[in-house]
Amino acid sequence: MTDPAALRSELDRIYRADSRRILATLIRLLGDFDVAEEALGEAFAAAMEKWPTTGVPGNPYAWLVSTGRFKAIDRIRRDARFIPELASTQEPIALPRPELGEEAPIVDDRLRLIFTCCHPALAAEARVALTLRVICGLSTAEIARAFLIAEATLAQRLHRAKEKIRGAGIPYEVPEASVLPERLDTVLAVIYLVFNEGYAATSGTSLLRSDLCQEAIRLGRLLVELMPEANEANALLGLMLLHDSRRDARTSPTGDLVLLDEQDRSTWDQQAINEGVERVEWALKSGFAGQYAVEGAIAALHAQAPSSDQTDWRQIAALYQYLLNYRPGPVVELNHAVAVAMADGPEEGLRLVDSIAARGGLEGYRWLPVARGELLRRLGCKAEAAEEFRKALGMTTVEGERRLLRRRLQEVGGT
Amino acid sequence: MQYLLLIYMQESEWEALSSEEHARRRKEFDEYSIKTSQSGHLVGGNPLHPVRTATTIRSPKGRLEMMDGPFAETKEQLAGYFLIEAKDLDEALQLAKECPGSKYAAVEVRPCAPRGG
Repeated sequence: MTDPAALRSELDRIYRADSRRILATLIRLLGDFDVAEEALGEAFAAAMEKWPTTGVPGNPYAWLVSTGRFKAIDRIRRDARFIPELASTQEPIALPRPELGEEAPIVDDRLRLIFTCCHPALAAEARVALTLRVICGLSTAEIARAFLIAEATLAQRLHRAKEKIRGAGIPYEVPEASVLPERLDTVLAVIYLVFNEGYAATSGTSLLRSDLCQEAIRLGRLLVELMPEANEANALLGLMLLHDSRRDARTSPTGDLVLLDEQDRSTWDQQAINEGVERVEWALKSGFAGQYAVEGAIAALHAQAPSSDQTDWRQIAALYQYLLNYRPGPVVELNHAVAVAMADGPEEGLRLVDSIAARGGLEGYRWLPVARGELLRRLGCKAEAAEEFRKALGMTTVEGERRLLRRRLQEVGGT
Repeated sequence: MQYLLLIYMQESEWEALSSEEHARRRKEFDEYSIKTSQSGHLVGGNPLHPVRTATTIRSPKGRLEMMDGPFAETKEQLAGYFLIEAKDLDEALQLAKECPGSKYAAVEVRPCAPRGG
């Protein structure tokens, strides 16, 4: 392959498909994120230079890892020459990891790296930033924009996290079996947080937000590919696919938020639903229903119902009740109350919602007045419903939500 | 690499314990020392006298300034430490978890930087 255009596109393909895996291996071999990232760039530059004459090697992954590693060691030696104390030491330049060797490891390096990036000794927001940067390959600018923070702040956060990994000796290892379940929980929480940040859209433009959902699903897929037996990882991927199947139906052509009961179900992504249901059912068959399997089961019931009226609300209410074991708190209680209202009528729902509100903890949570307003509207209490919708309007700045609320307000005769 | 396990507890609480409880807890710490020493993790460690016995000094421009008391007044005080050798943070955290200090107080795990590094 000497045609430069064909070579270029082959290199692009390899970069897209393998650059994260190559980076993960380089991080393990070189023991440093920044050194590995530079080595990755140098390896691809070397490929651009050499492959036109040598052709694409049989195993490009191994070639790029090996080249990147040599380039890095070379540069460390070169730099060391300018620091006399280092150049004169007897010890070879301290590359932190002794087990050098670029043959494909038994455990995929990306899996080790996910556990490193999601280590509980790192701050929660650092785990998210590091995972998106290192595993997904998003740029600092992209992550900063998606989370609406200054790029400098994010860069600083990443820098500190890498410094802690290096300084504190956070390992590049899949945790041992005794702690694996709790460590996997941390990884799943990071992925779900990325997804929810994209899905909940508390602020920001919708485009960037749905990108976050796609990244979370990609991460979920990678995790399931690397740990196919992990029930909760399968359940989480299923849950995200089920939520995401409604992506197009959740907003109107003008960008208004469309609630579940008014969505055009024919636009739901049937392929995503099928896969999501399958994964959630598989996870539930293990006999142990974890948090994501329960949430997945709720999402699956919605996804399979032909309409809001024909939804099995009683079972959904029971599942929310069960979910409280994992996620106790007023938000899940509110969802439970809404399901009860659908199964047993708005009076019963309103009674539950009022008792949740009375206990406190949901001040400023805009879905509380929205739920209350809906129930009052269904009970025909228009004036009281209008008051709730007005309250909700004061709590959100997301334009799509505001338009929905203004429409509701008009329907109950408020303005 | 080496990690310093810093054990922070409220001295007032510790001092208010009955002598039997004191003895029982000290024995737990002794057992931890023996266990980690036998497994090759322990490098060193000591309980510390209360902060009221501390003296803090500075010598800006070579002039000695001395102060009775600890560097910082805190709700919980540094009560003792273990210096351990562990292969990585995960092993160090496991050793910190097994340390009786984590049951009665907080254990801060600090990686030691290489000397001259």
